[in-house]
Amino acid sequence: ESAEEDKKTKGRGAKKPAAGKRGKAAASEDGEDEDEDDEPPKGRRAANKKKAAQADEEDSDDDIPQRRCAGNRRRGKVRESGRDGENEKSGRKSRKGGNKKKDGKGKGKDKENDKDSDKDEKKKKNSSGDDSKSDEEEESMSEGEMAKLMEEVEEKKKLIANIRNKPWRMRRRLKVLKEAQQFVDKFEGALGKGKGRKLYAYKVMMMKKWIKFQRDFENFRTSCIPWERKIKEVESHFGSSVASYFIFLRWMYGMNLVLFSLTFGLVVIPEVLMGLPYGSIPRKTVPRDEQATAMDYSVLMDFNGYCKYSVLFYGYYNNQRTIGLLKFRLPLSYLLVGIGTFGYSLMVVIRTMAKNADVGGGDGEDNEFTFAWKMFTSWDYLIGNAETADNKYASITTSFKESIVDEQENQKDENIHLRRFLRVLANFLITCTLGGSGYLIYFVVKRSQEFANMDNLSWYEKNELEIIMSLLGLVGPMLFETIAELEEYHPRIALKWQLGRIFALFLGNLYTFLLALFDEVNSKLEEEDSIKNASIWFVKEYYANYSANNPNDTGTPPPIDPADIIRGPCWETTVGIEFVKLTISDIQVTYLTILIGDFLRALIVRFLNYCWCWDLEAGWPSYGEFDISGNVLGLVFNQGMIWMGAFYAPGLLGINVLRLLTSMYYQCWAVMACNVPHERVFKASKSNNFYMGLLLLILFLSLLPVVYTIMSLPPSFDCGPFSGKERMFDVIMETIDLDLPAFMGTLFGYVANPGLIIPAVLLMVLAIYYLNSVSEAYKNANMELKKKMQMARDEEKNRRNNKDSTNQVMKDLEDLLPNRAHAPPENRAEKKHDQGGKSPKVKPGTAGGGVHLQKDVSLASANPSARGPVTRAPGPRGPGPLPGQPGPGRGQGPPPRRQ
Amino acid sequence: MGNKQTIFTSQQLDAYQDCTYFTRKEILRLFHRYRDLAPQLVPLDYKNQPEVRLPYELIGSMPELKDNPFRQRIAEVFSEDGEGNMTLDDFLDMFSVLSEMAPRDLKAYYAFKIYDFNNDDFICKSDLNLGKTLNKLTRNELTEDEVRMVCEKVIEEVIWTMMDRLSLEDFQHMIMRAPDFLSTFHIRI
Repeated sequence: ESAEEDKKTKGRGAKKPAAGKRGKAAASEDGEDEDEDDEPPKGRRAANKKKAAQADEEDSDDDIPQRRCAGNRRRGKVRESGRDGENEKSGRKSRKGGNKKKDGKGKGKDKENDKDSDKDEKKKKNSSGDDSKSDEEEESMSEGEMAKLMEEVEEKKKLIANIRNKPWRMRRRLKVLKEAQQFVDKFEGALGKGKGRKLYAYKVMMMKKWIKFQRDFENFRTSCIPWERKIKEVESHFGSSVASYFIFLRWMYGMNLVLFSLTFGLVVIPEVLMGLPYGSIPRKTVPRDEQATAMDYSVLMDFNGYCKYSVLFYGYYNNQRTIGLLKFRLPLSYLLVGIGTFGYSLMVVIRTMAKNADVGGGDGEDNEFTFAWKMFTSWDYLIGNAETADNKYASITTSFKESIVDEQENQKDENIHLRRFLRVLANFLITCTLGGSGYLIYFVVKRSQEFANMDNLSWYEKNELEIIMSLLGLVGPMLFETIAELEEYHPRIALKWQLGRIFALFLGNLYTFLLALFDEVNSKLEEEDSIKNASIWFVKEYYANYSANNPNDTGTPPPIDPADIIRGPCWETTVGIEFVKLTISDIQVTYLTILIGDFLRALIVRFLNYCWCWDLEAGWPSYGEFDISGNVLGLVFNQGMIWMGAFYAPGLLGINVLRLLTSMYYQCWAVMACNVPHERVFKASKSNNFYMGLLLLILFLSLLPVVYTIMSLPPSFDCGPFSGKERMFDVIMETIDLDLPAFMGTLFGYVANPGLIIPAVLLMVLAIYYLNSVSEAYKNANMELKKKMQMARDEEKNRRNNKDSTNQVMKDLEDLLPNRAHAPPENRAEKKHDQGGKSPKVKPGTAGGGVHLQKDVSLASANPSARGPVTRAPGPRGPGPLPGQPGPGRGQGPPPRRQ
Repeated sequence: MGNKQTIFTSQQLDAYQDCTYFTRKEILRLFHRYRDLAPQLVPLDYKNQPEVRLPYELIGSMPELKDNPFRQRIAEVFSEDGEGNMTLDDFLDMFSVLSEMAPRDLKAYYAFKIYDFNNDDFICKSDLNLGKTLNKLTRNELTEDEVRMVCEKVIEEVIWTMMDRLSLEDFQHMIMRAPDFLSTFHIRI
């Protein structure tokens, strides 16, 4: 059995080069062949058309003479064989696809044949009587033929659709395409009959239109994707890893654009167009005592004054149930858009992740192909810049050397205790830093609450919180990097730790901030009750005073100036303002960092270099590198803040869109102007989904507080679209009760019943459990398959070792290959001797033609009787082109990797 | 479409769109890139498909290719004459395969051809070392022993069959799993 298999593989191997050569040589033939393939049917069909009219009149599907059938079949055969030829050709070029196609076609052919034979029988019965008529109807269409034609047309269509996937030369592709199109054009119309024909023609026409539309749309869509050239420029200078940041930024921009248009289209613009104007009601007016300073620059920069009472923030919106002529339900729309924002983001992020995982293909975890991947996939074809190319060369060399070292000595164990101690120390320090930063933020937020009750604060005191948070975000990562040097991890692992720590820092800061904010909100809620009473009291008093002062006036008193009414604190707007301020200061810090850390540094390095004692460009400060992980994390956290704040400050999305837009241009400029390519180039593709995962986590974490506030905190009594309601989501209940028919209300009542919800949740949990176990099972099956493949491979290798000595013919054939001839034979023979003698079980690390050698050696240990032919070492048998020098790693090579 | 172009007929453009992964605009842009390499050689009218070949020296000097250690191989593989002299069709073909949209299979097939220096439909050791793939990648920085060891490792990792050289299947099997083959084997034009 093994021998058989062997022969097969050998045979395949032997055939392949020949086939390949033929394939290459036959490039010109191919065209002719296909011409021949297509000629017969074309001619025949043309005739068909001519006679079709006659045939239709006679309604003669059944009495088609046998002769024609025979002819038909003959022709069919010719065609089929022709097609087979074509198949083989394409098979040779791309074996897999070809095989598949052949299978499909084979089946199709069988069917055709069946049909044909059926027809034959039928026709035999009939034909005896009407031989005379036969000539006239010779060319009419039979069902079978129709089917065949249809199939062929379909096939051609498929070919047209997939032609770009064929590894052919363009000339051939164009030719085949043209022929296929002509074929389709010619015969598509001939298909279908009577009534059906019209419909079919219509369908075909629509199909064509649709395809054209699709193409135009595709053209339009790709022309809409912005910054393609900018990204290309960055890519060619810095490789794919830096570009991946910009692609991520672009993706983010797209998503935010959708969120922005959702919010502005459904909430902000309706309110501006149809809602009450500014100054009409208290929530839309600046209070009297603030009016003097409301337009001051410093006040506006703090988003107080006119900013606070504008459409940008939650408080401005009115709780009128419907607004304008269109009866637009603004409060409902506000809530739904708030939820929809999260829904859309979740959907997009998860879909992108799934797509990435799908495209990503290999998991890359199993280090099965370490060297092969390094060899074949490490060059970044995007690089179009000499300096980057230099760095890439260097990094590839380093990575090769690293793997060689790894391979040679798996683990060097020097002072493991010291290292362990250092790592523990580092982690301790980092935990301290994280705790410290959390406490600092808590402290600052508390202080800012105190400041809120004081007057005449300095600029710093007003913005303390934002400054501290941004500074922490700036200093923390640097601190971590310094501490991480204690650990001496492999750079790849170090990067992961670093990312995780920065993530923890940001998250901790964000959540401390949130907790402190909740404290503030709670205190405001308490405050609100008393103000509410005061406010109502104030209004009543006003009316009482009015009637007391003007006892004669019986009409309604003039309304109070909205600026004078006592207001509640409106905690929602406060939260919104906090988030907007945070975002703004984040933007400022990011941009300033780039300006100072990159641009100024680059300027200094560039121009002071002329008059400095050491080489600034090569030495210490040098130019900055683009910090991919930091930038991506910054972007992700910014997005988290947007998600959290967008509900309370609809304008935040607009700010964010502007931010992303400017930062695209700004960072593109900065990276091209001030940064140098990375010395260590890291992989971007794999981390893509990692970033997406971070985004998803952040999304979830920012969902929590928002949902909590919507579900459990009472909205302010005098501001925002939900004022006057117990809870924000009451607006949905209200809509159900008032706008939908009654049975919907009862239906929702049932659905909201815990008796229904709990089983539903249970069901979902069960489904998750089931899917989880199924995926587990698949994973196991996968592992099993992998193991089997590994075993098959090992077996194959072993067999090859055993066959090595016996199958001389093959060996000699191989040796005759020209590029092996020049390897000096004596050297190798000699080495074989000493290898075999020295350590038969150890894999020679660096011996020339090691594969063979190693096989021979292991063969020697496994099957001593076969040693004879090996040591004989026929003269010109040089498997490797390099003359083997006994290398330093030889003999002490790695332990056999898979056995 | 507003801007009337007189280089191709619309059928030609449609055919090119069917045969490549490019849109109409990109095809025109590529044509101009191609023409910019040698304005005196390439006519502005491709309606009757003139036989124009640009020599490898011009193709290899494109900024997209000039720093690529495999530029000669790429040009050779995609050119019809095997010498690196390219017609417009070859040129479009090359960037179509290297575009972002091209599927993994197609890319793997051409990557295999690129690394198969001696065109024998196998990647053997002589394709890997001796001034070929590995030395191009590392600019001869590795010592001879290191080179030899890496080559052995590669062959050992990938090989399935009896040969000590990689067939297309082996290569595809390996490359399909590679985490960053798709992201690096492409040229944005």
